[in-house]
Amino acid sequence: MKKTLAVFQKEIKHFFYSPIAYIVIAAFTLIAGIFFYLYLSSFVEAAFMDMIRSQQFRSQPQRFNINLQLIRPYFWNLALISLFVLPLVTMRLYAEEKRSGTVELLYTTPLSVGNIVLGKFFAGIFFYFVMLIPTFIFMGILFIYGDPEWGPVLSGYLGLFLLGSAFISGGLFISSLTENQIIAAIGGFGLSLLLWVIGWAANYSGPGLSAVLNYLSIINHFEDFAQGVIDTKHLFYYFIFCTFGVYLTFKSVESIKWRS
Amino acid sequence: MIEVRELTRYYGEKRAIHNVSFEVQKGEILGLLGPNAAGKTTTMKILTCYMPPTSGGAKVAGFDIWDQPMEIKTLTGYLPENPPLYSDLNVWEYLDFVAKIKGVPAPKRKEAISVAIEKAALGDVQKQVVGSLSKGFKQRVGLGQALLNDPQILILDEPTVGLDPRQIIEIRELIKKLGGDHTIILSTHILPEVEMTCGRVVIINEGEVVAEDTPGNLTRRLKGSERTVLEIGGDAKVASEVIKGFSEVQKLDHRKIDKSDHVRFTLETSTDIRHDLAKAIITKGLNLYELRTESYSLEEIFLHLTTKEEVA
Repeated sequence: MKKTLAVFQKEIKHFFYSPIAYIVIAAFTLIAGIFFYLYLSSFVEAAFMDMIRSQQFRSQPQRFNINLQLIRPYFWNLALISLFVLPLVTMRLYAEEKRSGTVELLYTTPLSVGNIVLGKFFAGIFFYFVMLIPTFIFMGILFIYGDPEWGPVLSGYLGLFLLGSAFISGGLFISSLTENQIIAAIGGFGLSLLLWVIGWAANYSGPGLSAVLNYLSIINHFEDFAQGVIDTKHLFYYFIFCTFGVYLTFKSVESIKWRS
Repeated sequence: MIEVRELTRYYGEKRAIHNVSFEVQKGEILGLLGPNAAGKTTTMKILTCYMPPTSGGAKVAGFDIWDQPMEIKTLTGYLPENPPLYSDLNVWEYLDFVAKIKGVPAPKRKEAISVAIEKAALGDVQKQVVGSLSKGFKQRVGLGQALLNDPQILILDEPTVGLDPRQIIEIRELIKKLGGDHTIILSTHILPEVEMTCGRVVIINEGEVVAEDTPGNLTRRLKGSERTVLEIGGDAKVASEVIKGFSEVQKLDHRKIDKSDHVRFTLETSTDIRHDLAKAIITKGLNLYELRTESYSLEEIFLHLTTKEEVA
């Protein structure tokens, strides 16, 4: 446990001592901010148009649901940006150690493979959490000037967090297979994208297969969270997904150790 | 303390080491000597449980490399060929991380790091980022890492590479000092280094142990087959007859030197006969321009050791 923590702390230091962390956070915040601005503008415009219309026809203005019309699609967007950005976070988690030869240190000190893999996995998740912090400001703006419901916002973040963890577990696995960070990034992105779009294939396949594909699709499970529903079914999916990703990493590290 | 039995390791099709066996007693400093790609690093990687052998086994401090790697890893400090450094941490942070993963308890950590910093002479750079250090300092940080937590067994892969002559002497002194209560295996391809520091030498060539001896015996064995080089002016035939007259001469080559009547003789003798040779040549009225012994380069030593009949 203490050793896992040591690996975790080391990874966090790596993130924040290198410029990549700040570039990734800045890029994520910028893109998230632009999307937020666009969504907010269109929402305000729609509400404004409705107000004018209701004045013309002397009817009650429609009640616009900010949770449904702004926050929910916005969470989808954050998920999409995460899909692109997280491979950049996970790429170096393992590949860099292999390239620089520091795996020799990790494998010849009394560290278990579990210590290494879990430390790195949780460090990735922690970094993702830090990356999401600036988006709290955007949500804060909505709470200052509007009155969204708390529940769906929290569940949306929970969903985002779980989705990100799943991406990280997959990316970590890919990173453990190679010593080339670019391959790790592209592989991690490919894997995440594949799991994202796999649900589409369900539309064109038989009933048996489509159920499987729908279940596998990483984004289908996110939908409920964005709507404000926390279903144990989805919690279970992400939990299994992360466990499986970490397990594969564990196995790949062990097997490469035996082969090298 | 360390018992290596018939280690064999293949990288795919390529054989890295074959039936390597040796033993190291407690407190002994053993040198693994061999040219590049001889299998020194592979042997060390197996002993530190970085990777398993294809076949064979080894026991380190009574623990088996197959069954008890964790115990071995706790007891050994390892300096790999390329020091495993995190270039964006500073020296203290790096050693702190190593102390944590080596399981040094929090109250003792600071002291353990200070001791390692002192031993590896890193005091001046402890707040510097590892990536900005020179090659020599990086090597010392790697050494500090290996020494951290004062492990009983030290496995050092070419510990003096990249250091300046003064540092090399310091590190050798340090290694000598550590021997006695530590068991040390160090690899090198520098012969004098072995002579100066090690109690015993294992020579590895092409993955196999070709000799195992004390440096003293080894040097004696090699000294016996030292070459003597003579440059003589005058009648080459007379000169060669004079040289052949000595029964100690085992092998004789001669080559004419360009643009002169000088001839260079290269001979191998069983004992040192330079003084008699010089007298004999001068009495015959020949001109002696040069008389020196030439020691063998490492490659030639390996040739001698791998071809049995040439070992004196």
